[in-house]
Amino acid sequence: MATAGEIAEKAGREDVRRRWLLSTPALAIIFFAGIGPLFIVLVYSFLAPGSYGDVKWQFSTDAWVGVVLQRDIFDGTISIADAHLQIFLRSVTLSLATTVLTLIFGFPTAYFIATRPENRRDIWLFLITIPFWTNLLIRTFAMMEVLRNEGLVNGLLRFLHIIDQPIQFMYTDFAVLVGMVYVFLPLMVLPLFASMEKLDFRLVEAGYDLYATRFQVLRRVIIPLVKPGIIAGSILVFIPSLGAYVTPRVMGGGTNLMIGNLIELQFGQGRNWPLGAALSMTLMAIVMIALLFYVRNAGRNQGSGHG
Amino acid sequence: MARPRFEVRAQTGFTVMAVLTFGLLYLPIMTLVVYAFNDNDSIAIWKGFSLRWFRSAWNNQLVVEASIRSFQIAAAAAVLATVAATMAALATTRVTRPYRGLTFKYAFINQPLMVPEIVTAVALLIFFSRIKMWTGYTGLGYLIVAHTAFCIPFAYLPIRARLESMDLSLETAAADLYATPWNTFRRVTLPLLWPGILAGLMLAFVISLDDVVITEFVKSGGQDTLPTYMLGQFRRIVTPEINAISTVFLLLSIAIVTIFFFVSRKRA
Amino acid sequence: MPDKPDRNAIEVRGVSKIFGTGDSQVAALDDVSVSIRENEFFTLLGPSGCGKTTLLRLIAGFDFPTDGQILLHGDDIALLPPYKRPVNTVFQSYALFPHMTVGQNIAFGLEMLGKPKAEIAARVAAMLKLVKMEALRDRRTSQISGGQQQRVALARALAPQPKVLLLDEPLSALDYKLRKEMQIELKRLQHETGITFIFVTHDQEEALTMSDRIAVMSSGKILQVGSPRDIYDRPAERFVADFIGESNFLEAAVVASANGRATVRLASGTELAAALPEGFQPKDRVTVVVRPEQARLVREGGAASGVLENVVYFGTDTHFHVHLDAGGPFIVRQQNTRSGDAGYAPGDRVGVAIGEDAAQVLKD
Repeated sequence: MATAGEIAEKAGREDVRRRWLLSTPALAIIFFAGIGPLFIVLVYSFLAPGSYGDVKWQFSTDAWVGVVLQRDIFDGTISIADAHLQIFLRSVTLSLATTVLTLIFGFPTAYFIATRPENRRDIWLFLITIPFWTNLLIRTFAMMEVLRNEGLVNGLLRFLHIIDQPIQFMYTDFAVLVGMVYVFLPLMVLPLFASMEKLDFRLVEAGYDLYATRFQVLRRVIIPLVKPGIIAGSILVFIPSLGAYVTPRVMGGGTNLMIGNLIELQFGQGRNWPLGAALSMTLMAIVMIALLFYVRNAGRNQGSGHG
Repeated sequence: MARPRFEVRAQTGFTVMAVLTFGLLYLPIMTLVVYAFNDNDSIAIWKGFSLRWFRSAWNNQLVVEASIRSFQIAAAAAVLATVAATMAALATTRVTRPYRGLTFKYAFINQPLMVPEIVTAVALLIFFSRIKMWTGYTGLGYLIVAHTAFCIPFAYLPIRARLESMDLSLETAAADLYATPWNTFRRVTLPLLWPGILAGLMLAFVISLDDVVITEFVKSGGQDTLPTYMLGQFRRIVTPEINAISTVFLLLSIAIVTIFFFVSRKRA
Repeated sequence: MPDKPDRNAIEVRGVSKIFGTGDSQVAALDDVSVSIRENEFFTLLGPSGCGKTTLLRLIAGFDFPTDGQILLHGDDIALLPPYKRPVNTVFQSYALFPHMTVGQNIAFGLEMLGKPKAEIAARVAAMLKLVKMEALRDRRTSQISGGQQQRVALARALAPQPKVLLLDEPLSALDYKLRKEMQIELKRLQHETGITFIFVTHDQEEALTMSDRIAVMSSGKILQVGSPRDIYDRPAERFVADFIGESNFLEAAVVASANGRATVRLASGTELAAALPEGFQPKDRVTVVVRPEQARLVREGGAASGVLENVVYFGTDTHFHVHLDAGGPFIVRQQNTRSGDAGYAPGDRVGVAIGEDAAQVLKD
């Protein structure tokens, strides 16, 4: 007869097997329409472009070289791909600016919500959640209504006789930035609120008791305590900003491209699928680095949570 | 006059900033809604109140078809994603003995959240165009599968949260009271998990309904959903019909979020 | 010796439970054996982490022993799943199903056993009456008070008429007054139902007032099993004496011993009669335990002498903290009378008189 220990061991193995079976559908779908195709992209980035889109099945590193360098079609000289670098630079700059601006607007907002009386907190949170769940395209379009030449801002300025001619906001980097801040703001507020909600205000009282001013309490007590929320919110805004496609397309009007639009271009008019694939992998690599930075920070914060 | 009290929770300028933020958040949406009722051919100038653009959208065959398609895809993807996510959540929570592969599962399930949408979109474009060539099938199946995949982590989130907040001793109590594992699941686990599942289903539905990028790349000809139809319209001169569609869409989102809000607030 | 399985409700034989693997192995239970009689109110008493809850979970079937047997009326049930054991549990958190009413909670076990509807309804009614909750049958469990939840949990566990009822610190979430009430209530229920109760607690007072017998546990072992009086008056080990009630420990030398009694000489030179514990291994140096209320302060004489350091007033009685000349503290507890104390003040030289049959030798 099996001993009690052996039976427990068997039950444990059974449990693990059941758990794998239960998770199979989710894992399979995500592999089929998520992770698996990424490997195909990786393969495509090492092939040569076909004449009318798609690829020719021959090994080539041209696409990867093409991410940062360009070959002159006439004399074959190689130079830095200014256009690409400029778009990369713009993407990173705009994404960082978006992160900082959402933090500037989001932090006081999250703090405001977290300090409301408990029964009214949900209402304010609800007001943040509505834009969060509203279609991104619609929100971008709404911002367009505000910024376009006949829009709200220009209309108001003209009504006040501050300007005669409308200021061209749309189709500029500024418009892209405003659009991104607008659509990604809830992504900053929600994680910030989550960590501020847990903030123990007795610690704030202790800070005041020990002669700290309002600003010192903010800087030395509140911000360090909600740092996990700040990091989470920043990552949550930075990553989709970097890969943004819809907002720069609508607000930038096809001229102020970001990486996402550059990638799309290679699959559309550019007809250079391998280059598009290589650019996609590059974007993913940048995102992974940002995520890694986040995971390391989150881990450190957790480890020293009681320190 | 009452002397001002020292408010521990106050921070200089924060309330002003917050109110400003809420204002900025809602001003564009309000503008959009107001102009949906504009009795003018262009969105530019206000001419008077009218419902003509709602009628126009209602009579626009393309809009109606795109709406129906959006709902079909969202319904199918939400149900599939929720079923898969529920099973996955049961498999990955409340683990008494951590086993190899658990972290791998978390990473796998959350993968659609980590990879930029445009990259997934491109990957699916390449992959599905191959399959379309081999099989000749060009139906809505591709969109449904693609949507299901990126909806899974959203459905998984509230279900997992619900499971983890659930008192393990309730199921132990059921077993103690002669309930077999299946009866325990049916009579105790599932009823208690239900709000989480419902929340997951609604999240998945909204996420699918909102998707632009992946749909834009995966769809075959004539498979516009409402968002991709609207995106296409931005290339031309925009009429208030788009405002009207947006307004209806907005109301729908608010309705779903409201229901979600009340479901997820009802905690055990 | 022939077994008499019919007299023991539960028999635990050589049960060990090891958690974790490899280097991080922890033995929650280490070769534990104990018999629990039928119709008995049996208490597992010990500090948190002593293994009492683990033992309860093994009997309930929520965990399985690494080694050993658990017999229920003579049948080994150690490996049966919980839903196949005629044993029910009252959980520390009550674990009432929040999506069911009070009545539905109580009916759950009977439904799972496939009892006919009429029988279920009758038993639910009887149970509600037993715990005096008839009026609340259709309430949600979230709409009743903690004390009422406690009663529902009891009724739910008693409804299927288990052979043994397990109670895992069921009173710990209640406030003091309600706890006292429920202690009496539990004794009454045990009497009326005639079911064997196995009660887990870390509260020594609770254990002493309610139990027929107590098993004191520490570090995965059972140290002593006996009636409350045995455990209090005749603690066998230092841990038991320390954990239950207050104790004074005195080092002594054995002068003579016979028939479970010994004469010991204290450090002060005084000789004293003391009781030996069961299973005492003869040795020269021993520790003797004296309860504070078994000693008296005297101006002169006594078994030991020292300086009074502190007088602490407790209402019903007063504690006198004495520093013995031979070293070490000694506490004397004396009942207060309205005529006041005997005028002892810190700094006084005092003697400690130890009552007859008050000293108990410890095994360790």
